[in-house]
Amino acid sequence: MKSKVIAITLILFFLITFVIFFKGLKNSNVYTPSSNQEKEVPSFELKSFEDNTKIISEKTFKTNQYYLMNVWASWCIPCRDEHKFLMELKKDKKIELIGFNYKDNFKNATSFLKDLGNPYNIIVSDKDGIASINWGAYGVPESFLIYENKIIKRFIGPINDEDLLEIKKIIR
Amino acid sequence: MRFVHIFLIVSIILNFNFIKADEIKTENKIAKNLRCLICQGQSVYDSDSEFAISLKLVIKNKIQEGMSEEQIYSFLKIKYGEWILYDPVFNKNTYFLWLLPILIFLAGGAIIIRRFYNKNNLD
Amino acid sequence: MASFIGSYSLGFGLFFSIFIIFFSIINLKNSEVLDKKIISFTFIQFFFVFISFLGLIISFIISDFSNETVFNHSHTTKPLFYKISGAWGNHEGSLLLWLLVLTLFISIFLMKSNQQPTKYRIFTLLFQQIIIIGFFVFLIKTSSPFNYIFPKPNEGLGLNPILQDPALAIHPPILYLGYVGSSIIFSSALGAMVTTHVSKEWAKHIKRWVLASWVFLTLGILLGSIWAYYELGWGGFWFWDPVENVSLMPWFALTTLLHCILVLEKKKILTSWAMILSIATFALSMSGTFLVRSGILNSVHTFANDPERGLFILIFLFTLIFLSIFIFIFFHSEEEKIENNFFWLSKETSILVNNWFMMYFLSVVLIGTIYPIFLEVITANKISVGPPFYNKLIIPFLIPFLLAMAIGPKLNWIKSDFKDKFYMIIFLMISFLLSALIIREFNISFLINTILVTSAFFLFFSTLREFFIKRLKNLSQNIAHFGFSLLILSIIFNNIFSNEVITNLKIGETFKSEKFIINFENINQENGKNFKAIIGKFNVLYTDGSSDTLNPELRIYNQPNIITSEADIKTNLLTDKFMTMNYVQNQEYFNIRYQIKPFMIWIWISVILISFGGLLSFFKKRYEI
Repeated sequence: MKSKVIAITLILFFLITFVIFFKGLKNSNVYTPSSNQEKEVPSFELKSFEDNTKIISEKTFKTNQYYLMNVWASWCIPCRDEHKFLMELKKDKKIELIGFNYKDNFKNATSFLKDLGNPYNIIVSDKDGIASINWGAYGVPESFLIYENKIIKRFIGPINDEDLLEIKKIIR
Repeated sequence: MRFVHIFLIVSIILNFNFIKADEIKTENKIAKNLRCLICQGQSVYDSDSEFAISLKLVIKNKIQEGMSEEQIYSFLKIKYGEWILYDPVFNKNTYFLWLLPILIFLAGGAIIIRRFYNKNNLD
Repeated sequence: MASFIGSYSLGFGLFFSIFIIFFSIINLKNSEVLDKKIISFTFIQFFFVFISFLGLIISFIISDFSNETVFNHSHTTKPLFYKISGAWGNHEGSLLLWLLVLTLFISIFLMKSNQQPTKYRIFTLLFQQIIIIGFFVFLIKTSSPFNYIFPKPNEGLGLNPILQDPALAIHPPILYLGYVGSSIIFSSALGAMVTTHVSKEWAKHIKRWVLASWVFLTLGILLGSIWAYYELGWGGFWFWDPVENVSLMPWFALTTLLHCILVLEKKKILTSWAMILSIATFALSMSGTFLVRSGILNSVHTFANDPERGLFILIFLFTLIFLSIFIFIFFHSEEEKIENNFFWLSKETSILVNNWFMMYFLSVVLIGTIYPIFLEVITANKISVGPPFYNKLIIPFLIPFLLAMAIGPKLNWIKSDFKDKFYMIIFLMISFLLSALIIREFNISFLINTILVTSAFFLFFSTLREFFIKRLKNLSQNIAHFGFSLLILSIIFNNIFSNEVITNLKIGETFKSEKFIINFENINQENGKNFKAIIGKFNVLYTDGSSDTLNPELRIYNQPNIITSEADIKTNLLTDKFMTMNYVQNQEYFNIRYQIKPFMIWIWISVILISFGGLLSFFKKRYEI
């Protein structure tokens, strides 16, 4: 009797373990932030990319206006791929693009924009990567869709045509 | 060469603007308890990725701003979620994590004691 | 050509499993002696796998890029030594190595076990064949090392430079010898249960396998850790990374089994426990393989992961687990209660206490490693379990463990008194004073550290005394325990006395701290065979006036295009000085990591001592204790 109970518990235990491992196989094992969670825009005070003037977040984001804040760098290869989509988005008047230049130098970044076009209304520079951490960003490229001082959607990695459609759908 | 040494010694003596050893220790301790998100299973302390290097700067700044260790953890937890903390918080999600090993230890002790108890009964 | 032969020879190898199983079953029915054919077939199977392995190595040596594995992991400019080690430095090749050792070990088992009952040997062979077939199918179906690429590429993709390291070249083979050794213990335990051969004789015979696997596993873990220290450039040797944990778990189980077998070879008690441990050791080795190869865990040591592979190992692993539960429940009978007559203060009890703590440590590591998987599947919450968790749950329990380890070996079987009381008390006092003095010097949490260091010193002194009073008796065990006390002491001192700094420095800049200043003098460029190197020159000046010059390196490899940083490590008997330099995107400064780590090589030395103890015991002819 006793051994039967033990046997059944053991088998049940291992069956559950099996099922969990089986399901766990499908889960991703890398960091994936929740992309739909609404968050307040963190306030920042950063230097402008062009002329080192101060840019303060409170003055940057107006209400009733969509913004896409795009973390980019000239040394980042996927950023080149997403750039044409940003240029496309620039044509849309309902949204303003804010460039968040991550750990870059002025010369390379300017020639990057010269080659591929400048989609940004404002560019702020994050020399040492500290400000990006306030945003909860952890790599380049990464983009935040902002409305009414809230992050309403987050895009990890380069923007592709699907993301572009999605953004256009939201701001319409 | 010698000149450099003398120069350095003099600069040690003259310059009182040391970075406090305690501060470095706290910095390292915090960085060791954080997971580098873009790396595969590395702590922020161990990692040399761009993200980790920036995060180390953030930790340093926050300490100088006077934030405590706990405040820094909760700041980062808000930004990145619990995944970033290597030391899991004790809450309803982690009761089993913390208590199960202890329960196993107690059960093991009970089994050993029972062996002797049963034997004495047989005698 | 070599790949072609290798591929076919693998198929033939699998084919021979059929013969082996067929003749084994016939042999079971009608004979008292083991059929010679079975042994020959086992050897032939080993031979075919060996040819196959050789084929893979040759493909690597001649850089045959029409072989997919070679293409993915090799390059013509790679040094010959790493071409060869590249053969098992990847998923496919390492599995072939597993298989090679599996077939080798069962052949050795059959040769060395002729004192044992025939039925038991045949059953062990049959169970081992289940594992072998599983690996054959896994290898051929999901991870064949001999996939053909057409057209043949001109150049390979190269081996990740951090894997080009001598310690890492021999780390996998040694570790697998340990893992696979545990498969023999597993099969033999199942075989012994089926033929009711669980006895003192069985224990004596399997003890050598336990010892051999244990020595290999210990050395394998050591090599991995040495590699991490010298190559990864993080300045640590153990990170509680899931993959490291996965090698530590079978080690705990095997160490427990080793101690348990000591009792079992004396008298027939604790048999069920020994069976459970034998099964657990191999099950844990296999779960390790599953966790590492399936990519279910986030770890530094990732193999190319593929869910299909993960699924295969998962099903295979649980088949073996259910098979062993079945055999355990239906064939294993509990020992008679009569022999269970030992008293509180006895060697048996001390071994039980060892088992108890070992199981606790094992459960901490196991739960810490797999809990995040469970939590994510059940609640979709992601958490990380890292070093702080393990430190909190393991360190306090080390204290009674160390004390028990010092007292245990002094006890007699069945019933004992405290001998040597006088010396033990003296040692305890000396240890306490010594620790208090050392710890007080440093501004760290006094109480727990003092008690911990006291118990480690206590073990240290009492094992040291054993060397003098018992001389050659118990030498192997004493060396291992002594090594363990040394290991704990070195780890603690390494931890609490280390001095670590991470800072950003430009060329010419100086970093000042209370204990030393670092001056970044300049950088130089050099060209290596397949990399460019940027070498920094740093002067470190200590407050006592002494100084060091360190030259950490940044290497930019061409194939594959990867930047690695090579630490400059200055080692002496007491401390290691460790410096790395890292490139930061678009900054004038470099990220500098400087660490002063005391007793670093003593960690390596003490683990070597521990495994030497095991080795000595393995070669010991006469049974002792």
